[in-house]
Amino acid sequence: MAEKFDIQDREVWDGNYAASQALRQARVDVVAAYPITPSTPIVENYGAYVANGYVDGEFVMVESEHAAMSGCVGASAAGGRVATATSSQGFALMAEVLYQASGMRLPIVLTVVNRALASPLNVRGDHADMYMGRDSGWIQMDAFNSQEAYDLTLCAFKIGEDHAVRLPVMVHQDGFITSHTAQNVYPLQDDKAYDFIGDFKPVDDLLDFSRPVTYGAQTEEDWHFEHKAKQHKALMDSRPVIDAVFEEFEKLTGRKYNRVESYNMEDAEVVIVALGTTVETAIVAAQQLREEEGIKAGVVAIRCFRPFPFDQVREALKGAKSIAVLDRSSPGGAMGAFFNEVSAALYTTDTRPLVTNYIYGLGGRDFSIDEAKRIFKEQKAHADAGYITTDIQQFSGLRGPKLGYFQTQRG
Amino acid sequence: MAITSIKNLKEFSTNNDRFEGAHTLCPGCAHSMIVRELMNCTDDNLVISSNTGCLEVSTAVYPFTSWDTSWIHIGFENAATAVTGAEAMHKARKRKGTLKDNDAPVKFVAFGGDGSTYDIGFQWLSGAVERGHDFTYICLDNENYANTGGQRSSATPIGATTSTAQAGTHSYGKKEKKKDLVAIMAAHGAPYVAQLAPNKWKSMAKGFQKALETEGPCFINTVSPCTTEWRFDPKDTILLTDLATDTLMFPLYEIIDGHELNILYRPKNVLKVEDYLGAQGRYKHLFKPENRHVIEQIQKNINEYWDMLQRREEARI
Ligand SMILES: Cc1ncc(C[n+]2csc(CCOP(=O)(O)OP(=O)(O)O)c2C)c(N)n1
Ligand code: SF4
Repeated sequence: MAEKFDIQDREVWDGNYAASQALRQARVDVVAAYPITPSTPIVENYGAYVANGYVDGEFVMVESEHAAMSGCVGASAAGGRVATATSSQGFALMAEVLYQASGMRLPIVLTVVNRALASPLNVRGDHADMYMGRDSGWIQMDAFNSQEAYDLTLCAFKIGEDHAVRLPVMVHQDGFITSHTAQNVYPLQDDKAYDFIGDFKPVDDLLDFSRPVTYGAQTEEDWHFEHKAKQHKALMDSRPVIDAVFEEFEKLTGRKYNRVESYNMEDAEVVIVALGTTVETAIVAAQQLREEEGIKAGVVAIRCFRPFPFDQVREALKGAKSIAVLDRSSPGGAMGAFFNEVSAALYTTDTRPLVTNYIYGLGGRDFSIDEAKRIFKEQKAHADAGYITTDIQQFSGLRGPKLGYFQTQRG
Repeated sequence: MAITSIKNLKEFSTNNDRFEGAHTLCPGCAHSMIVRELMNCTDDNLVISSNTGCLEVSTAVYPFTSWDTSWIHIGFENAATAVTGAEAMHKARKRKGTLKDNDAPVKFVAFGGDGSTYDIGFQWLSGAVERGHDFTYICLDNENYANTGGQRSSATPIGATTSTAQAGTHSYGKKEKKKDLVAIMAAHGAPYVAQLAPNKWKSMAKGFQKALETEGPCFINTVSPCTTEWRFDPKDTILLTDLATDTLMFPLYEIIDGHELNILYRPKNVLKVEDYLGAQGRYKHLFKPENRHVIEQIQKNINEYWDMLQRREEARI
């Protein structure tokens, strides 16, 4: 048995510490990990729990992130609870194995502290890694602050390990802004957290020799398609499970999570749709604009990026006139990935609001309340004119001349 | 039945084992012989991982499997890490008492081809051995990337023609020496490292057993003649292996704790390497007059290596 870890009802934790405490409380059987800024403290904290007897699982400090996820796959197939953490380049190195983990339906939990992808080398936060993982068959959830990093990591185990789901889950948080900023966090006591997650119940266990299993078999055109269809179905079918886990978590803590979060959306005409810490910035901007200028501003945030909450996004945005979708990742020669997803959901609405795409905050560039206000005001101009008055895609907060792309006919 | 209680080859070959015959490896492929030896040399529960390669694509094509034991494949490079992840989970679950049978002995084994072991998976293997997991890694060394059609690997010997290091008017085939992976693994301090061959099936079984029984990471390199890429008649697999061991092209030895070297087979009559080279298609071009010097070079390398092994055995280093 692990040593007792004293925990207060209110702690001052940064996002990394919050995530590592969730791993400790989940009594993970195997953590296989490798350091990278800004997620390094997660494995360091875990190393400290190991060194002081606060955990009794295995901690394997492997030689790379590819190996970290490879070890997690083997360990998870061997029928226990498994977790790891990474960022950016480490995430990219893991990419091959992410698909192998989800294809084998292994409920691994991965804490991703989002960071830009080189080149140029940059340790600060953006969402390039998050988008890189979007087709890998993992559930992806997004925390906006340290409290949520803690809460969602606990939920991730319960969701992924549910026998109706059996899928790996990523919990994202913003590099440095969340991972390195301490704030009040209200944790659960160990036994409560553990009771909430529950014991791991293995299915198709490599260590159950009464029924040998083959993992990772080969398929060609005869079966591959069916496997991928089933995998997609499992992802889509995880939606009610996610909702149920969020509901149970609310009963336990009073903290309510939704796959899509709406702020001031009852009467909002102009809206920012965003992810991560930007959500809180946008909420403050919306409130100030409402008070100062009477602009009916609202914010829609995606909590669950995969499975993408298509219906809920449509529903949340149905009253809006003009919408800015904020992508914190280089669009790479197209509209932003997030923009494309949100616009796809909006295309099937009757109201068909105006939608523009802002690329912002790359490599940790600050995103301010003023900037969010400026975007809201541009949306207001579109809404008043009844058409998009700027380029459909523009960079926000870039030094030097304004960069805009993709015009439409106006008027 | 475990091989320990088996007296002769006939009994062994008709033994009901945990590697089923219904696989699609080429006729004459040595991979299956080596795998069966491993499966038959122990009664313990086995968790096996396979790197991508001929063995993997031929033995688990959904919805079929040849593996009547726990088996996992993830990628070309990471079978060592996958099986050590399972080994770590076994330790954790044993400690916590969550296994179905907490006391049953379990052995962890990874299989890789030479491509996945000497080249792309080298880092994963090195890391897993450095961390001291209790597992055995077995390399099926057919000296080429057979599954992708016979490209060179760093295990391909000098002078062999491969699809990416071809013999032609300006080339005698691969120019670089084979990487000495056995020495490298011994240098990791692995408690048991060996080079074995399926023609010497008893010593192979003994070596496998030693590796399985030794606590900690063990590495075994096995010569695995590939009828398709070496170009010989499928009925001659064991003949080719005999030639490999009797010319000392593939000497059999073990290294314990990184320093104690024992030679496992001393041919009564050491054959000339020409006999081995001449028995397969991939070295045919070496017999042209302009390439004879390569054969001489190969023979010289063999002699020097054998000399070195004997000195190390004597000196216990
Ligand atoms: C990352 C990656 N790179 C390349 C491949 C393609 N590939 C599959 S098997 C193989 C060669 C296998 O050679 P080896 O390990 O020597 O095993 P053999 O087939 O000879 O038994 C290659 C190159 C792959 N599957 N994954
Ligand atoms: S190509 Fe060679 S290694 Fe592959 S199955 Fe055939 S004989 Fe065996």
